[in-house]
Amino acid sequence: MRKVEVITQILNANDLTARENQVLLKSHRILAVNLMASPGAGKTSVILQTAKALSGRARLGVIEGDVASRIDADKVASADIPVIQINTGGECHLDALTVQKALNALPLDEMDILVIENVGNLICPVEFQLGEAIRVVVASLPEGDDKPYKYPGIFTAVNAVVLNKIDLAPYVDFKRDALREGVERLNPGAAIFEVSCRTGEGIGAWAAWLESQWKSNRPQTTDD
Amino acid sequence: MHELSVTEQLLAITLEHARKANAERVLAVHLVIGDLSSFVGESIQFYFNILSEGTKAEKASLSMTRIPARVRCKLCQHEFTPEGSNWLCPRCGGLIEEVISGREFYVESIEVE
Repeated sequence: MRKVEVITQILNANDLTARENQVLLKSHRILAVNLMASPGAGKTSVILQTAKALSGRARLGVIEGDVASRIDADKVASADIPVIQINTGGECHLDALTVQKALNALPLDEMDILVIENVGNLICPVEFQLGEAIRVVVASLPEGDDKPYKYPGIFTAVNAVVLNKIDLAPYVDFKRDALREGVERLNPGAAIFEVSCRTGEGIGAWAAWLESQWKSNRPQTTDD
Repeated sequence: MHELSVTEQLLAITLEHARKANAERVLAVHLVIGDLSSFVGESIQFYFNILSEGTKAEKASLSMTRIPARVRCKLCQHEFTPEGSNWLCPRCGGLIEEVISGREFYVESIEVE
């Protein structure tokens, strides 16, 4: 019997493809956002509101990841945003290869910010790099304020947390300070935005932050 | 349930290294999994048994070394393993600066003959 040293990351193939995606996106000066959340937190609503808020300032493109259906892509397309729907057919997350195929079908020259809406899930998507520059998790009031502690993996891996559905505050027992404290303990640098996609409250601050991320991530050019 | 696709990668890595080592059979595969990663050992074992049938890695044993989460305190630089929902520094109560380990997921070595 012989021991053979391997030391190979099991997600190596995915990570290499993610790096290719990153290079492609960078060459088109696109900021890619991996948008994650549990099902029903309001990822698609956040995308639609963000596109509206950034209208005339930055052009969005969207990749929609779902196990099945085109429901989300149809909503995004009806807002005149370029979108590609990926159906994973059972897989609980998007991976770099499926995203690469979607990138090849998107008009990259007509986009500034690409939002990749991952499959609704707070666990699996964290492990798979897609080529994104920033990662954002959407949490929402009906889910409860203990989410950071129950899913530390995702809350330690994001640049920002969008807390959606704050218009439901009078109806649910959700302590916003408890969520803030949880996020701050796990990930002190993360930005937190309280929003309501229904009323539009807070969307402006979130969209402005996203726009600033796009501007600071853009390679310097002379025509800017 | 992403363990199926992940186990396919794991098996491919195992068989590639077995081939490079001119091995006839893989007896054991040693994995390293961080506690912050979401991979479930039992599930990987389950898929590995099925996927490895008819390959050189059939009936190979899988062993997993778990790596605890380690974080560093921003204030006093103390390194500690967070317990449950308490991610504050046990020494000074400070917030964490960085996750040092706990996200690992790789094949460390294989045993072949």
